Formats: sequence, structure tokens, C-alpha cells
Amino acid sequence: MTFPLEAFTTVSAANPWTYLVFGVIGFAFGYTLEMAGFGDSRKLAAQFYFKELTVLKVMFTAIAVAMTLTFGAAGLGLLDLANVWVNPTYLDSGVLGGLIMGVGFIIGGFCPTTSLASASTGRIDGMLFMLGGFVGAFLFGETERWFDAWYNNAGYYGRLTLDQLFGVPAPVVVLAIVLAALFMFWGAEQLERHIGRKDFSREPGLRKLGAAALAAAAVGVLVIGSPSLDERYERLTFKRSETVQQAEGNKLQTVTRVYSADEMLAKRLVFASPAEAFKARYQQAIKPVYLDVRSESDYNLYHLADSTNVPLNRLGKLVPDLLSEPAGNTVFITLSNDEAAAVEAWKLLSASGVQNVYILEGGINRWIATFGRQDPRLKPLPNAGADELGYALKAALGDRYESCSPSPIEYEHLEFEPRIVLQVKRDKSGGGCG
Amino acid sequence: MRWLRAIFNRPEKGYAHPYLAGAVLGVVLFLAFLLTGNGLGSSGATSRINAAVVDAVAPAHVDQTPYLLKMAGGDKNPLDDWIVPVFIGALLGGFASGARHGRLRLTTTRGPNISDRTRWLMSFFGGMVFLYGARMARGCTSGQALSGGAMLAAGSWAVMLAIFASAYLLAYFVRKLWL
Repeated sequence: MTFPLEAFTTVSAANPWTYLVFGVIGFAFGYTLEMAGFGDSRKLAAQFYFKELTVLKVMFTAIAVAMTLTFGAAGLGLLDLANVWVNPTYLDSGVLGGLIMGVGFIIGGFCPTTSLASASTGRIDGMLFMLGGFVGAFLFGETERWFDAWYNNAGYYGRLTLDQLFGVPAPVVVLAIVLAALFMFWGAEQLERHIGRKDFSREPGLRKLGAAALAAAAVGVLVIGSPSLDERYERLTFKRSETVQQAEGNKLQTVTRVYSADEMLAKRLVFASPAEAFKARYQQAIKPVYLDVRSESDYNLYHLADSTNVPLNRLGKLVPDLLSEPAGNTVFITLSNDEAAAVEAWKLLSASGVQNVYILEGGINRWIATFGRQDPRLKPLPNAGADELGYALKAALGDRYESCSPSPIEYEHLEFEPRIVLQVKRDKSGGGCG
Repeated sequence: MRWLRAIFNRPEKGYAHPYLAGAVLGVVLFLAFLLTGNGLGSSGATSRINAAVVDAVAPAHVDQTPYLLKMAGGDKNPLDDWIVPVFIGALLGGFASGARHGRLRLTTTRGPNISDRTRWLMSFFGGMVFLYGARMARGCTSGQALSGGAMLAAGSWAVMLAIFASAYLLAYFVRKLWL
């Protein structure tokens, strides 16, 4: 079983349990914040006068613990990070919004969730903060139209994470943040001792043990590492609904089958015929991206119109970009001369968490056989080796052969067995604080 | 009704140790990621409830407001989102902890040198400003700083630094409110 559980990723009336699950999570959230004393605005404001650094301690302990557990679970293969919501980066609006929030924080004495903990325990200032919050949200909705275009693109970098930014593995960042947090806690206690005049003789010694345990766990995450591509490939599952005939009654019934990646290849469910790959360009519902994984020289000889050349050995570097490909209806079609390299590319992309990847059945050779038979400049080479171009070309014309972009009118009635099934990713607006 | 009065008159207990509370919060956040693939949040619910109210009062206005249209346009129900049950749960959870630890009391928490009335005004105004910024940043201290921070989202760390930077810079000038 791989987490997160698909049944719980979005709330829906069809599955009322989801309301309960999110409600219980919210309950634990509110309970913990009240328990920490965040219902009292003085405790929150004290953070900004260096008298009591409870906010910093609670927040960074929470981040460090959650991060260590999350990346540990991902390393052990329990959790698939590709299905966890990561706030997309909108740098400009994020920083401006953050600066505005800081003003509200120091004046109002709360942040939105702590005001809930405060209001629910009878604090009038907490209730008024909540009320002011509704007015603020209303004002944002009313004024957003004046900067709608800016707001929707303000420094957009997609799903950008710190490990990508610094070019190091995620567990290294986890360990660095945990160590930085522990150092900050030490500094915070020094401030409390000198500015807040806090008596530390009664502080539990257990906190040092906790700090050691957290650091050890973060080192553990580093040791486990991220699951290798092979391990992730082994755990891939694909869902397909199939229509089967029942034994009795001759009734047709749709069943959902779950296949492993190797089964998908063996049953050839991820191979799109040239006809389907070609027609995908003219289908409104999907946006095909053709990834030509052959060498540059082969690509220069002959390639499909609008295809992108990414030789197999450079494909791995492209994965972060493919993962943040904005449109949810993007379908990637890998192609090589025959199928071998394209299959390797399919394995790499699928294992990396890229969705909707297909392989051009028979590769370029089958494509030419389908669309370029009449072209005298493309002469079949019967002795071509495995996954080599099976045609002799006089000139490297790239995509200027007629068959590189077949006429949609001429080939309007091509028949094919459809293989492409669009798996729509998690609704982009469904995650985060949206 | 005696049991009801008993809830509100329990002896007040101290707060949990910050590191302990933080560790529990971290486990809650991890479980949220593990089970649902979503983190924690609350400011999104505020704007969704706002959208629902506007949709009920002036549905035609929603169609002319791009921000509300995304949540409440057409037959969309703005309240049909995971963050709404989290919001309601957080209110109940805060109440439960307050009841358990004897902290249910109708009072105002404020600095020693201002009146209740000033504090009320400031908290209302602060809430207004905070939520305006939270919607601009697409999340607040929970949805961005806490959840995004734990997932190593680069933008969330920028938001977090911006919140603390501006609060610290302004703190000296509004010290009368708190000191």
C-alpha cells in the first residue's frame, strides 16, 4: 500500500468519510495550537520582542519533525511524494503577501489558525481577529481584479523545492534544516535567559534527549536516502478499466484492473500506434508532447514536427521540468527508431512520477511505414540493426519531409485501437491553502 | 446544567512545553501528508466562507469577480473543499483543549498598557490585514510556512521569511501594544 490514500486526497460528498478525516486532522491541529498557548496573543507577540520564543520553537519543531518523518517515509517507499501537495512557488506575490501578513501579525497578535484556537476558548480579541479576517478576505476578492494578471503569474516557478534550488538530494536539505533548527533553539534559549530573564533550572532535561533523537532521525533519513528509480519502478501501479463479458447472462461489465509497470509493457497498454500519436495533435482534450530520445544525428536526419530531442542519457535532467509541466492534460509520447530506447525512457519517466507517458509503437520506422511510404527519398534498409533507423536518407532534412507532419485531411479516417487514457493529476486548486 | 458550568470552571492548567507541542504538531502534519497528501491550513477556508456568503447574497457579483469565480462560479460550491472541515475541526479542537485545560473564559488577551477597546480594534484591523496578505501569498503561516516549509517548497520558505521579517521590523514601532 502506498500513501497518500487515494480515497482521502479530496473531499467529496460521494465519500462522506473524507469530511471526517479532514475534520479529525483539523481537530488535532486546533487542539495542539491551544495546548501550546497560542490562544493567548501575548504569548505570540512576545516572540517579536525576544522575551519568549515559543512561536519559533513550536513552529520549527513541527517543521523539523514533520519533514523528517515525511522524507523518511518517502525513503522507505511508504509515501509517494509525487502525490503530496507542494505549494507552487509564486515568489513575488508570496513575498509581498508575507510582508503584509507580518504587519497583521504584530498588530493583531494572531495568525489565522491561532485566532481560531483563541476564539473557540472565549477570547474576544481572537473572535475579532477572525471577523477582521473575513473582511480582509472579502477585500482581497474585491480588489484582486485590479492586479489579476500580476497575481496569476507573479514570479511563478511551479513546484520548486529547496533541494532542486540548491542541487542537492532532499535528505541533505532535511538534515541541514534540522541542525539549523536545533542551533536556533539553542540561540532562542540564550535570548530568553538574557532578555526574558527566564529561569532555566526547571526546564526538562528531556529536551536535550529529544534534540539528539531528532538529529539522529534526520541522519537516518540521509542513510535511507531517496528510493532508487528501480525501487520506484517496481512499486508503480496503473489502473485501467476494462469491459469484460460475464460468464453467465452475457452481460458486459466494466471492471477496474490494477497492473504493474511490467504488465503494462507486456500487455502493450502504453504503446500508442502512429495513427493515435498523430491524431492526438488534433484532439482538444489532450496536449501531446513528443520526446525524441534518439541521438542528435538521428534526430537531424528525420524527426516528427514539433518533437523535442532529448537523448536518453540527458532525459533524467529534464524530469523536474516535466513534473511541473503546467497543463494537467499533457501526454508525453517517447519515441526512438524502434522501441528499445523509448521503452527505457518510459521506465525512467514513469518511475520518476511523471504521469501520462506513452511510447510510440514501432517508433520512427513504423511512423515512416505508416505515413511516408510514397516518399521516394525514404528508402527502406532491410538490414538495419535493433533500434536503428530502417530507412536510408539522402539528406538530413529534419522535419521537412512531408511525412513529418502528415496532412490531417488526408489521414482523417485512420483506424486505431486507443491506448491513451488521461490520468488527471490531483486538482491543482484542491491542495494547499487554496 | 451543572456539568456545563463545570466545563467552564475547571482549574486552569499550564501550557504544554513548546518542544512537546511542536513535536505533536509535527506528527499531526505528517499524518495529514501521509493520509491525504495535503498539509494543514485555515486561511483558505476564510476566503471560501466569504465566497459562499457573497454567492448567497449576490450571485451575479461572483460572476464579475475573477477571484471568487474560481471558487464559487457556476455550480461550484465554495465550501466543498478539504480546508473547510479542517477549519471547523480546528475550532472544535481549540475548544476541546481549552475545556480540558480549564481555559474557557470570556476575556481579552492584551498588553498591559492598552485598553480592551484598543486591543479589539487592533485585533480586528490586524486580522483584516493578515488575511489580505494570506490570500495574496496563497496561504498563511499554516498553509505556506508550516506545510510548505516541511515539504521544502522554495516559495513557502520565502513567504515564511517575509512574515517574520516584516513583523520584527514593525515590532519596535508598535511596542506600546504589547510591552
